[in-house]
Amino acid sequence: MMEKTSASPWMRYASPATFYPLAGKLQPWFAGLAALLTIAGLWIGFFVAPTDATQGEGYRIIFVHVPASWMSMVIYCAMAFWAGIGLAFNTRLSSMMASALAPTGAIFALLSLVTGSLWGKPMWGTWWVWDARLTSELILFFLYLGFLALQAAIEDPKRADRAGAVLALVGVVNVPIIYFSVKWWNTLHQGATISMTKSPSMAMTMLWGMLLMALAFWMYSIAVALARVRNIILERERHADWVRGAVENA
Amino acid sequence: MNTILVALRRDLLLAARRRSEVVTALFFFVVVVSLFPLGIGPEPAMLRRIGPGVLWVAALLATLLGLPRLFASDHADGTLEQMALSPRPFALLVAGKIAAHWLLCGLPLVLLAPLLGLQFNLNPGELQVLMLALLLGTPVLSLIGAIGAALTLGVRGGGTLLALLVLPLYVPTLIFGAGAVEAQSAGLGSSAQLSILGALLALAVFFAPWATTAALRIAIE
Amino acid sequence: MMQWNSVGDFFAMGGYAFYVWGSFGACALAMLVESLLLRQQRAELLRSLKDQHEA
Repeated sequence: MMEKTSASPWMRYASPATFYPLAGKLQPWFAGLAALLTIAGLWIGFFVAPTDATQGEGYRIIFVHVPASWMSMVIYCAMAFWAGIGLAFNTRLSSMMASALAPTGAIFALLSLVTGSLWGKPMWGTWWVWDARLTSELILFFLYLGFLALQAAIEDPKRADRAGAVLALVGVVNVPIIYFSVKWWNTLHQGATISMTKSPSMAMTMLWGMLLMALAFWMYSIAVALARVRNIILERERHADWVRGAVENA
Repeated sequence: MNTILVALRRDLLLAARRRSEVVTALFFFVVVVSLFPLGIGPEPAMLRRIGPGVLWVAALLATLLGLPRLFASDHADGTLEQMALSPRPFALLVAGKIAAHWLLCGLPLVLLAPLLGLQFNLNPGELQVLMLALLLGTPVLSLIGAIGAALTLGVRGGGTLLALLVLPLYVPTLIFGAGAVEAQSAGLGSSAQLSILGALLALAVFFAPWATTAALRIAIE
Repeated sequence: MMQWNSVGDFFAMGGYAFYVWGSFGACALAMLVESLLLRQQRAELLRSLKDQHEA
């Protein structure tokens, strides 16, 4: 049912039926970009960026740790954004997008914790450091788990969409508060802070490496989200007529 | 304001008929607090250090216990739908219910905590700050918890899910609540932490009933 | 530019091999598994939808 609307032509894509093929066309491009950026990032990270004075070769973990952290936060904001749009305008597709983003965000949060641990062990001797960023990342991971668990527990998709949206919006508002409180807690309890972000003299090449890897992860996230939202669309719109054609041509 | 009192009074009356539920949460608080020395050891200096944190965590958990009941019984007998349809603002009725929850589950913790604090060898100054911090913090716990209770209303596995949703959101209250007492212990003065707790309370009072009401409407439809 | 004196040095990562390759490996593994799971999910969906349409 294509309605002629005087609104922006992009509004066409607000319907799952039209977005599904678009996402299918875009997805390989983002995957390709992700691959290229990864190669570039890894090249810089391993062959251009010099050895660190204090941390030796171990510091190279930042080329995945920092991008993973960044993406876990960016994705949470994107997820909350799309969930909010879905709640405000009652658009199914926006909510589907939020649900599509969540697992990837959670994975990046977990990777941030794992790589953070692997970085911390040789540097500071322990598998876990209760520094502000890692602890905040842990709580962000819990927020992701909460969103995923809530949506999984609610059977009615409409209710799951909207409850998830409220949770995501409450979460996104709380993340700065949580970060601030954890930072305060950390400085109080550790005095001379062991900070994972402390990189006093970051060579330009190191920054470039991190940036390229971050972009690579970003492209990957979009590619994966497009693929996942297509699956969600198929699942939830399975009784629609257009799905028949899409399935036969797949 | 009147609407809030209406809902508040009703919930208090209902709870008066089911006193055991309220008392159970209190007992839970006491028992959990006692578990820590049993698990860690009774050495006085260490207990003094962990006391504020232990009391706060136990308060969080005890509050969680009472949350599923906040909307469940009204939902079961249809009263919640009636409230949503009534001419009185739904959000105010919800605020009244949250206030009742705090009076029944939060305030008793505030009053009981100093007694338990003695078990951890906290001195009068620290106990005072503890009470004040809990007084500011427990309403925040009820307010944020209500959002979780509304989101998980009627969902299977609701209680555990509620805990997962709400505990990360409780972290700032925990940090500043326990931090206030620790600051007092260190002789640094707790006004900063208490002020922040006050700010969190103000934020929660403004936003939580609104978010809770939205979540309830989603759950009821 | 190439600061590695040998392939062996590269893999050894100055003694941090486990941590560095563990980290990169974890990321690669996660992304691979995620992609494969999505592919599998899509295949199952298509199969189930085809059955549904034939029914």
